Amino acid sequence: MSQAAVKKARPKYLSLQAIIFEIRLPLPGWVSILHRVSGALLFVSLVWLLWMLDRTLSSEASFEKIRHYAGLWPVKLSLLALVWAYCHHFCAGIRFLFLDIDKGIDKATARMTSGIVLAVSLALTVLLGWKLW
Amino acid sequence: MSQRIVTGAHYGLSDWLAQRISAVIMAVYTVIAVVVLLGGAPITYAVWKDLFARGWMRVATLLFMGSLAWHAWVGVRDIIMDYIKPDGLRLALQVLVLITIAAYLGWTIQILWG
Repeated sequence: MSQAAVKKARPKYLSLQAIIFEIRLPLPGWVSILHRVSGALLFVSLVWLLWMLDRTLSSEASFEKIRHYAGLWPVKLSLLALVWAYCHHFCAGIRFLFLDIDKGIDKATARMTSGIVLAVSLALTVLLGWKLW
Repeated sequence: MSQRIVTGAHYGLSDWLAQRISAVIMAVYTVIAVVVLLGGAPITYAVWKDLFARGWMRVATLLFMGSLAWHAWVGVRDIIMDYIKPDGLRLALQVLVLITIAAYLGWTIQILWG
């Protein structure tokens, strides 16, 4: 064995740079961190969603106002991001429930179901986005 | 193997379980809501208002929001515990999250029955 392969700098501390450029998350890792990110995003966005629910139910005029508001492209884009966050959180959550009961925990299956979660939540986002507008 | 005896303290099993039960409640509501909203007539103000005037819809939505409150508390608290190390800041953020959740719940009741 060569000397270079043995001599590694230890302990290795994680820098932001290492987290972004060096460490490559496996697919299940992506599903996991995106589950967290989408959950946090949905939590802070709830005030906005509740505001829209409140407005749409208060009168016909404000209902139409919100309908117009939701058609503006920055609003539409933000709502679409939240639709994705919800779909991802939903699909990844179902995968975690299966992992809880020891279904799909071997490496190959776990990797495959992660791919399915990422793909299905994107497909659902496109489908719902198309249906809503 | 862990030698600790799981008794008399809060080991997080109830949080773990609450996270799953609340998730299932929200998932069921979501599937029904999507089917009702996308399967039926176009959503006008009259249709929308009528839907939320029904008692079962109000109760189901409140049940959804109650589940969300519980679910979000466990989830957001986990995030705070993972990333925020200083005790004072952690406590302050947790209190802020609790107040936010309480406000979300109160507002939901006001929207539904107001």
